Amino acid sequence: MTATSPSPISSKADQSFWYRLTHLSLPWKVTWVYLSIMLVLPVAAMLLKAATVGPAKFWEIATDEIALSTYVVTFVTAFIASAINGVFGTLIAWVLVRYDFPGKRIVDAAVDLPFALPTAVAGLTLATVYSDNGWIGSLFVPLGIKISFTRLGVGMAMLFISLPFVVRTLQPVLQDLEKETEEAAWCLGASPLQTFLLVILPPLIPPVLTGVALGFARAVGEYGSVVIIAGNVPFQDLIAPVLVFQRLEQYDYAGATVVGTVLLLISLVLLVVINVLQTWGRRYDDRG
Amino acid sequence: MTTEAKSALSYTNPPTPRTAPRAQGAWVKWLLISITILYLGLILFIPALNVFVEAFSGGVGPFFDNLKSPAFLNSVKLTVIIAAIAVPINTVFGLCAAWAIARNYFPGRTLLLSIIDLPFAISPVVAGLMFVLLFGRNGWFGPVLDTAGIRIIFALPGMVIVTAFVTMPFVAREVIPVLEEMGSEQEEAAKTLGATDWQTFWRVTLPNIRWGLLYGVILTNARAMGEFGAVSVVSGNIAGKTQTMPLFVEEAYKQYKTPEAYSAAVILALLAVVTLVLKEIVERKSRITDVQE
Repeated sequence: MTATSPSPISSKADQSFWYRLTHLSLPWKVTWVYLSIMLVLPVAAMLLKAATVGPAKFWEIATDEIALSTYVVTFVTAFIASAINGVFGTLIAWVLVRYDFPGKRIVDAAVDLPFALPTAVAGLTLATVYSDNGWIGSLFVPLGIKISFTRLGVGMAMLFISLPFVVRTLQPVLQDLEKETEEAAWCLGASPLQTFLLVILPPLIPPVLTGVALGFARAVGEYGSVVIIAGNVPFQDLIAPVLVFQRLEQYDYAGATVVGTVLLLISLVLLVVINVLQTWGRRYDDRG
Repeated sequence: MTTEAKSALSYTNPPTPRTAPRAQGAWVKWLLISITILYLGLILFIPALNVFVEAFSGGVGPFFDNLKSPAFLNSVKLTVIIAAIAVPINTVFGLCAAWAIARNYFPGRTLLLSIIDLPFAISPVVAGLMFVLLFGRNGWFGPVLDTAGIRIIFALPGMVIVTAFVTMPFVAREVIPVLEEMGSEQEEAAKTLGATDWQTFWRVTLPNIRWGLLYGVILTNARAMGEFGAVSVVSGNIAGKTQTMPLFVEEAYKQYKTPEAYSAAVILALLAVVTLVLKEIVERKSRITDVQE
């Protein structure tokens, strides 16, 4: 968000806070009422339900063997997938901004496919393509590598859904990068490697990390594509969101709520981290 | 994802083919392009192509036969109904929230922005769980709803509510940057000239933000029709009753009716393609508007 100067209409400044609170305009009322019902109420319902479990019991459920194994599978796989996309996303953004080649527009548009394609379809087709007799999966059978219905499959689904984030956060920054700066570095005798490491890379780090964090947050919460491509076997490829779903199916509301609360709190932490990264990235804005 | 800003930029600075000052430029370029295509091929293109190949592997006839099954037609109907309710609700909310945030400066503005983004950060399963705890049989409002004879969970209302939840931020996200870029001068001028709030909105604000708004609505619709996790939690997945298209795909696949699953998947994949095409059109239109200004 670009910050512009405050609105010049300040005649309301002398009105008291309470007056303003009780005389909100229609859009404000809609915003508050909708957010209260749709967001505050359900989050409160879950946190209070988690609170009724009691701290000792909460800790016991949150750290039981199966729950712990799902955290490890979820977070380690999501971290690896978002990190891989950090590298390849940077490369893709670079290629899309700096080079021209036939079919570039289609490639650019296709990067958004994971946003547009329903996750159930993504899971279905990835499970087929990476299965033992699928187009790509069959190539790995001679190597003894199974992808679908293993943790590698979970990783593939997470790679798919977290792909667009780094590309899309990096593209505008790369476009803003003035080529003159690079040429100046080159004229001053910097080697291509020095130019890349010292001139191009520093402003790209915040958007890349933001993209990785966004992709990680999305991969941690992903359910649809993973549940289809994974075998959902505890201690192997069962992820935390699927565990929540399974417990709910068994009417284990306390168990579902506790693991759900752990996931919710982690989402909140990630949201804060992403905001900090975005603020950090904006420090370059003022220099333009 | 400020695509508007991105497209505006790419127009003002047309991408000049990089004439590398060094000799190794050309092969580096083609190496990087090849890696890009290979990576996207493995992750995106081959899986996307596979949807269509699998769906038509039995021929065109069986494909259309699968689409005529009552369970599938019911799932289409339900998906359309849910989107038809959730998308307008979130459009109104998104416009209100965008106006509130873009036109006002107040403490906690960034916090409010983050709160609106929250549904993107929360796992869809957790979102569904929250509403089960609210409206389910053992939930807060469960006893009240039970005596009133209203079913929300395992029925259409619950599916609409969770869909509205997961698609909440799209419109506001897309409209806020456009509103900020537009500035409030035109609206103030309209008000000075005696226009009512509604007239100002319809005749001044809306024409200015229409492309951003449309883009937000397209994204909301795509997610609303494709949502799986949250809807799956609250639906109960009763075939012919509470089964949306994505749920139909999963159910068919689990029951080894792979051709049926792929026939439905093609329809959803086409929805994704239409979404991407519309997005391209909207981006071009907003670019043209930028140039005219």
